[in-house]
Amino acid sequence: MTPQPSMSAEATAQIIAKILAGEKHLFHDLIRPLERAVFVMLFSLLRNETDAEDAAQEAFIKVYRNLHNFRGDAKFSTWVISIARNEGLGLLRKRSSRPEEPLEPDLDGEAPKGDFTPAMLTDWREVPLEALERKELRECLCRAILNLPPIYRDVVQLRDIDEMDVQETADVLGITAGSVKVRLHRARTMLQKELVPLLKSFATPKRGLFGRRV
Amino acid sequence: MKIDCKHVWDHISDYIDGDVEPMLRAEIDRHLEHCEICSAVMDSTRNVVVLMADERIFEIPRGYSERLHERLQEVLNEPRV
Ligand SMILES: [Zn+2]
Repeated sequence: MTPQPSMSAEATAQIIAKILAGEKHLFHDLIRPLERAVFVMLFSLLRNETDAEDAAQEAFIKVYRNLHNFRGDAKFSTWVISIARNEGLGLLRKRSSRPEEPLEPDLDGEAPKGDFTPAMLTDWREVPLEALERKELRECLCRAILNLPPIYRDVVQLRDIDEMDVQETADVLGITAGSVKVRLHRARTMLQKELVPLLKSFATPKRGLFGRRV
Repeated sequence: MKIDCKHVWDHISDYIDGDVEPMLRAEIDRHLEHCEICSAVMDSTRNVVVLMADERIFEIPRGYSERLHERLQEVLNEPRV
């Protein structure tokens, strides 16, 4: 999923200028390419659909009200995702009755507490994208991502799901590019370890002679 | 330079992202040719990364976009302050 599939920086800047000059209706088109990424990011942060939708609405309203503050030195998508993330973090803080794990503990430098060794195997049969037609597989992946500790979920969300680059991810999270890579590496290893045993049953069956399944 | 399995695992993520030096990349490739564990670990990790990027993993609530744009229209209709 790419937050901004088709709009160039110049096209974005032009639309923003027009909106600020009074063509407000263009705001709908401006944010359309980002609405999915914003929802998914907030859902993975808040783990609740209703809260994610409410937060997404509030975030886009903030984007509109602050549009004159957008400077072209950041990508518009990165700017929007940052605003949405702050909206989500604010909500998390308000949920004091449901204490979340610390949001950004700085543990990249420390000896990692988790086990970041991959699941060992000697043969991997590809799980094709078509297998995602099966609800069990989608749920399996969704659950694994949502169950990651927050600092790892964040980087997976931005890098692997929103497909932002390392620097954009670092900008949104306010961490260094090096930390993004370390966390992403650990997150992918944790996911591999958890998912490998579960994904095996979704692999394309090997075919023997005459197309028989073996 | 000969690298062991542990060393390969440390670079899986960067390798998948095409973010390793050419020399190291060549070493890893050479290791993968003869180590079936590391090739399976690499393939499965890459497979997980590809699957995660698919839009179908996270479903968007029905009517999300319509409700969002309705709400935005209300805000757009407000007189400018
Ligand atoms: Zn090996």
